[in-house]
Amino acid sequence: MRILPTPEGARPPAGRASRSDTGAKLTGALLAAIAVALSGCAAFEPPRAWEKGYLAKPEMQFDADKLDAKNVQHVYFSKEGSAGGYGVGGGGCGCN
Amino acid sequence: MSVHALSAGEPAPALSLSTAAGQAVDLERLRGKVVWVDFWASWCTPCKRSFPWMNEMLAKYGAQGFEIVAVNVDRKREDADKFLAVAPAQFTVVYDAAGKAPAAWAVKAMPTSYLIDANGRVAFVESGFRDERKAEVEAKIRAALAARK
Repeated sequence: MRILPTPEGARPPAGRASRSDTGAKLTGALLAAIAVALSGCAAFEPPRAWEKGYLAKPEMQFDADKLDAKNVQHVYFSKEGSAGGYGVGGGGCGCN
Repeated sequence: MSVHALSAGEPAPALSLSTAAGQAVDLERLRGKVVWVDFWASWCTPCKRSFPWMNEMLAKYGAQGFEIVAVNVDRKREDADKFLAVAPAQFTVVYDAAGKAPAAWAVKAMPTSYLIDANGRVAFVESGFRDERKAEVEAKIRAALAARK
């Protein structure tokens, strides 16, 4: 595609910002808005003790099924010789 | 986020919540009694064991001016109802799904119980519920009741 050369002295129509200028402004504004919104992620707080209801659900445990967990650990042991490094008591209640 | 911990000797924060029947319970109006304020939830396993013990304490010391107010912090009422069907409570149960009361009382673990003496001050804070602590906690209740005179 051949870009036609702009004639000498040509300027964008008066009274309107050029396209690239608006684009740059919009991008800048969008980036600023995203940055401000994401700063909310820095204010993260862990759940309070009484808000841990969902964490206490069985589906939120790593080893919800004892038999399955035993099987997985046995596989890890036999395939890669690893042992241990798992298991935390609880129930999500935060009392231990 | 408040890191202030509510400890013994401090005045008890306000507590004004309703029971399932809509009856208002206010800690101020229980002044003069020794009150056991217990924060519990349906998903808290030790709470299942603490309820029979609390029933026992109320039966033993209720006549001496002992009162129990158990604050439920479940988001959904049905969860609390299911729990109460399994572990019935003979004591007052109030509901705070919004979680304002546990925040005001600086609850750090579930369950947490506060023994409020007859002057409205926190006498004792118990985090969690363990069987081996029952005797010591009961002794604290008796001491608070004795100090009532």
